[in-house]
Amino acid sequence: MSEFFAMGGYAAFLWPAYAVTLLAVVVNVITAQRAHAAARAEARRRLEMETMPEHER
Amino acid sequence: MNWTWFHKFGSPPHIYRIAGTLAPWFGWPAGLLIVAALYAGLVLAPPDYQQGDGFRIIYVHAPSAWLSVMIYGVMASAAAIGLIWRMKVAHAAAASCAGIGAWFTVVSLITGMLWGKPMWGTYWVWDPRLTAQLVLLFLYLGYMGLRSGIDDLARSDRASAVLAIVGVINIPIIRYSVEWWNSIHQAPSVMKMDRPSMPMDMLAPLLMMLLGFTLYFAAVMLVRLRAEILRRERSASWIKEALQ
Repeated sequence: MSEFFAMGGYAAFLWPAYAVTLLAVVVNVITAQRAHAAARAEARRRLEMETMPEHER
Repeated sequence: MNWTWFHKFGSPPHIYRIAGTLAPWFGWPAGLLIVAALYAGLVLAPPDYQQGDGFRIIYVHAPSAWLSVMIYGVMASAAAIGLIWRMKVAHAAAASCAGIGAWFTVVSLITGMLWGKPMWGTYWVWDPRLTAQLVLLFLYLGYMGLRSGIDDLARSDRASAVLAIVGVINIPIIRYSVEWWNSIHQAPSVMKMDRPSMPMDMLAPLLMMLLGFTLYFAAVMLVRLRAEILRRERSASWIKEALQ
């Protein structure tokens, strides 16, 4: 197992390369989902404003 | 010729719905492919006869470099469609690409540096391929900066589209930099006219990664596109239905 992580002496270069790639993959999924959720919440809020009676806005 | 399909394709509610349906169909296969490719690339593939286990950086470097260039192509094409046919959804699609493209350009540069240090003895050289890839990052950043710098959406769409289209000139420069100039960067070993110059047990994980990353981009981009469409269609009545 430790032999696997040593990667033939390239561990110091290989694992950071994999880590930064994983980070990009995860961050992009999260930001996309958050952007969509935020856009939906904003659209819903706007809809509620529009259906509210004039004096309550 | 019947153009209804074209108008239907450009209609925001239609695209919003389709994107929502398609995203998981790209996302889950992408996840499975990437996990399988990780195992195949890190465990099953044999070490390289020259680079030992260091060559395995290719399984994250090549897919992110491929995404950085492919996403730019998608972004510029969508921007061109938006300019020519005044299709708002196409502009929204172009805008959804930029952030993802910039991320993977950075990843390709960092993983390339981490591969360059043990193999070339340096993290960075002002080599044609490396420099062109850095220019790609600046194109993405310029595109995003231009978009956020112009408040009027229609003007922002047009100006950024022109920048994206002009920047396409950098794509063949990236592609052929290793052939036109005496580059330190190796020539393509997979995406070339000839057969790939890699044995199958090294090549298969790479092809799985390339496909996995491409599907991954499609999934993430579609979710971003949905957000972009909602933000743009301020008072459209279909949004009420879409929110149910």
